[in-house]
Amino acid sequence: MTTEFRIDVEKALGKTEVRAHFRKAMDTLMTNRRHQFPDDAALQALRHQAQAIRANALSKLPELLEQLETNLTKNGIQVHWAETTDEANQIVLGIMQKHNAKSIIKGKSMVSEEMGLNHFLEERGIEALESDLGEFIIQLDGETPSHIIMPAIHKSKEQISQLFHDKFPDIPYTDDVDELTASARRILRDKFYAAPVGLSGVNFAVAETGTLCLVENEGNGRMSTTIPPVHIAVTGIEKVVEKLSDIPPLLSILPRSATGQPITTYFNMISGPRKADEKDGPTEVHLVLLDNGRSTIYSDPELLATLRCIRCGACINHCPVYVRIGGHSYGTVYPGPIGTILEPQKEGLKVHGELIQASSLCGACGEVCPVRIPIPDIINRLRYDSVRKDTEHTNTRDAGSKRKPLEAAIWQGWAWSAARPSVYNLGGNIATQLRGLVPNKVGAWTRVRSAPKLADKTLHQQLKALGVDHE
Amino acid sequence: MSNARAAIFQRLNAVERPTVDLSQRESLSVFAWDKAERIRRFTERMQMVRAEVYHSDREHWLDTVAEICQAKGLNNLLLSAHTEWGQAISQNTERFPTLKHYEHSIENWKEELFYDVDAGLTSTLGGVAETGTLILWSNPDEPRTLSLVPPIHIAILDTEQLFSTFAEAVNTQGWLEQGLPTNALLISGPSRSADIAQVLAYGVHGPKELVVVLVSEMLDE
Amino acid sequence: MSQTTRPDTIYFFGTCLIDLIYPQAGVSAVQLLQREGIKVIYPQAQTCCGQPAWNSGYRDEARKVARTQIKLFPKNIPIVIPSGSCAGMMKTHYPALFKGEADEAEALNVANRVYELTEFLVDVLQVDLTDLGELVEVAVHTSCSARREMGVADKIEQLLGQLAQVQVKEQAYKAECCGFGGTFAIKQPEISAAMVADKTMHIRATGATQLISQDCGCLLNISGAFAYQAEHEGKTAPKAQHIAEFLWERTQASSQEMKP
Repeated sequence: MTTEFRIDVEKALGKTEVRAHFRKAMDTLMTNRRHQFPDDAALQALRHQAQAIRANALSKLPELLEQLETNLTKNGIQVHWAETTDEANQIVLGIMQKHNAKSIIKGKSMVSEEMGLNHFLEERGIEALESDLGEFIIQLDGETPSHIIMPAIHKSKEQISQLFHDKFPDIPYTDDVDELTASARRILRDKFYAAPVGLSGVNFAVAETGTLCLVENEGNGRMSTTIPPVHIAVTGIEKVVEKLSDIPPLLSILPRSATGQPITTYFNMISGPRKADEKDGPTEVHLVLLDNGRSTIYSDPELLATLRCIRCGACINHCPVYVRIGGHSYGTVYPGPIGTILEPQKEGLKVHGELIQASSLCGACGEVCPVRIPIPDIINRLRYDSVRKDTEHTNTRDAGSKRKPLEAAIWQGWAWSAARPSVYNLGGNIATQLRGLVPNKVGAWTRVRSAPKLADKTLHQQLKALGVDHE
Repeated sequence: MSNARAAIFQRLNAVERPTVDLSQRESLSVFAWDKAERIRRFTERMQMVRAEVYHSDREHWLDTVAEICQAKGLNNLLLSAHTEWGQAISQNTERFPTLKHYEHSIENWKEELFYDVDAGLTSTLGGVAETGTLILWSNPDEPRTLSLVPPIHIAILDTEQLFSTFAEAVNTQGWLEQGLPTNALLISGPSRSADIAQVLAYGVHGPKELVVVLVSEMLDE
Repeated sequence: MSQTTRPDTIYFFGTCLIDLIYPQAGVSAVQLLQREGIKVIYPQAQTCCGQPAWNSGYRDEARKVARTQIKLFPKNIPIVIPSGSCAGMMKTHYPALFKGEADEAEALNVANRVYELTEFLVDVLQVDLTDLGELVEVAVHTSCSARREMGVADKIEQLLGQLAQVQVKEQAYKAECCGFGGTFAIKQPEISAAMVADKTMHIRATGATQLISQDCGCLLNISGAFAYQAEHEGKTAPKAQHIAEFLWERTQASSQEMKP
């Protein structure tokens, strides 16, 4: 019996060319990151520091959110709160309607993907234009991002060249990257010029100063937050940090972990709308703070670490599962290891519970996470939550929903005999039990491997025969 | 949506706070770089991302900027008339292409800004050697779009304000005490992207070219 | 936690996988330790560390079994385990498994005394091996647990480095998971198959005639795939062995073999 996820996965695994593409891309990102951290002791110190900064912020989250709101408001930035993505979309719509705006130009925002903002606005006759080159490309093709930092990473140069030519027939076909980029620049420049509203995410929100910080390389973030008269920023409630002094270490570790750059081309720190004597910048700046399940994650001391994430994507780049199945196979907004722990908590174990099985717990992700999220431990904990009986002891959404009577019975049987050496030592007994665990799935084992053979004499028997002491 | 706000805070406040080990929070990387080393590292970093860097001094910087404008075949140059650098340039118009001054709000001349400006010249608040970074604070004289919209950005950096690290700049210049401006910006190269099959391309939306003129008291040859 | 004082007695926890499928690895490990003058205690009542249930989310069941295991090591002496995976379970996960339980202190005490085999041979016994074997090219696969939970990837390299006739050939993507992951290979067989396909390809490309590992789980996975490919696709398969078995064979003159 297979699942929809496994069907998608099998299809993805069969796409040899796409897989080779992902392999090359992930290898490059991993190598570039390694080159940025030549001194392991310094790297570990920086990771501990980044962890402490994020953990500190989370430990004071309500106070810092209040301080952030106060200081943003003092700076002239309007703060809005949304429990659900629906509420967040309505807030954005309200601002658009107030200004009679029929289009919005977007810098990059994963939270806006979470909101399904583009689709929501388009249904209401408002055009949402992506300006980040990768997002622009996938928007042209009607796709969703397959990576949180490099959304079009699944596309080859040839595919992109053909896409540009199909969508902009006036521009002659070219596969020269500089020419393609120049075309995108020309097309989007006109959009920046005319857009009534610009949207961005937020990488860090500084409570102490009421400042929204944004990293980017292209300049579309600056454009989206500077040219249009209205700027709307959307972010999750967990993105706040306490002090200005927290920013340099985070800025030091984020780009290096994400793409292996020492720093992004631009780091934009916004502390207000245009002042009376200034000549440019939006006259109105809004921040929408979205919960969408984060406050529930917050309530669990073990799962709380999930919220430390600074969205660098290093875990995704290092994952042996992601590189083989690609981002779309996850069927989620956030893919890879961070998606595996975040999405089941955000959306529930019923709908995304299988993702937590799609991990060998190899630990490559946890090893590179700049804020030291123990991702494999959290996956393990979510596996527990998905099958536990005492669901009243956890807040995880849809806890216990993956518990199957047959599987539970098999583990109970295994525990019964493994706790009784005399029973256990009847080797065949255990083997039968193990095979009974997943009857047709051991079949899957032998599709690519020879079947395991039980030894004639167990280690117990052999060491006893050799006279090895037993106490 | 004050309902949402109240609900969110109620859930967050109901949680028992975890204790956090903060012992690692404050450590700062400190480098013992002298000025020459900072200049060297800054230059290296900038050049690695295709920015142009010129080393000049108080006596010669004007010549350097004039040469840059000529070498790039600029028809015009946008700048503020009110900064130290802008004033000096504006008093020597014969050596430069047509000077445009950012005197009006963007709404009044947006089309010209977008489609008829070859280069923008700005001062800088400082720089960071570790990462090859310029610091710009928006102000009425040098608006944000001056360093963003024109395809070429020429920036002048006084090397007295070139720090080893970002943290050092923040602390030494007293950012917290001064209060942050509308827009504080770190610029570390010309606009770039690797979104098309991980091939590096420059000049996506921000300036295609970044030219930095380092001005020291005296050039050390 | 590395203890440099040399004990005279240790407990040996063989692991269920070695017990049932690779007992020779366990015998070799015990012989290696005894040859260094260590008295080895193998509590016959041992069964399984509980990891399969732990990784499946069945923590109560895992604890039931783990609870019986921790009682088998009453003396305050090291517990040596020929598996990065099982050592990692006991050392790094028993604390979470027993958190808040009545026997938490007992479990922590056991966890703190756990060594993976190669770690113990190198750090505590500081073995000095002499290679009696022929020239051979080997590939090494270090399990993710050995690498990242126990941090002992360098120990197996160090031991092999002592053998003059052994040349280690490094495969591409050597730090990448082989795709076993215990129940992962059963629950997500397609992804697991893709991972082991790549792993066998990279190991085969080294030309090594032997594959050595600290972990029998990985060996079961990789050698099983090699055997299948040999039978169905006529591809070459290196001989797979646990490090204990390999070391014993290479360094033990045959007249000194132990007799039951």
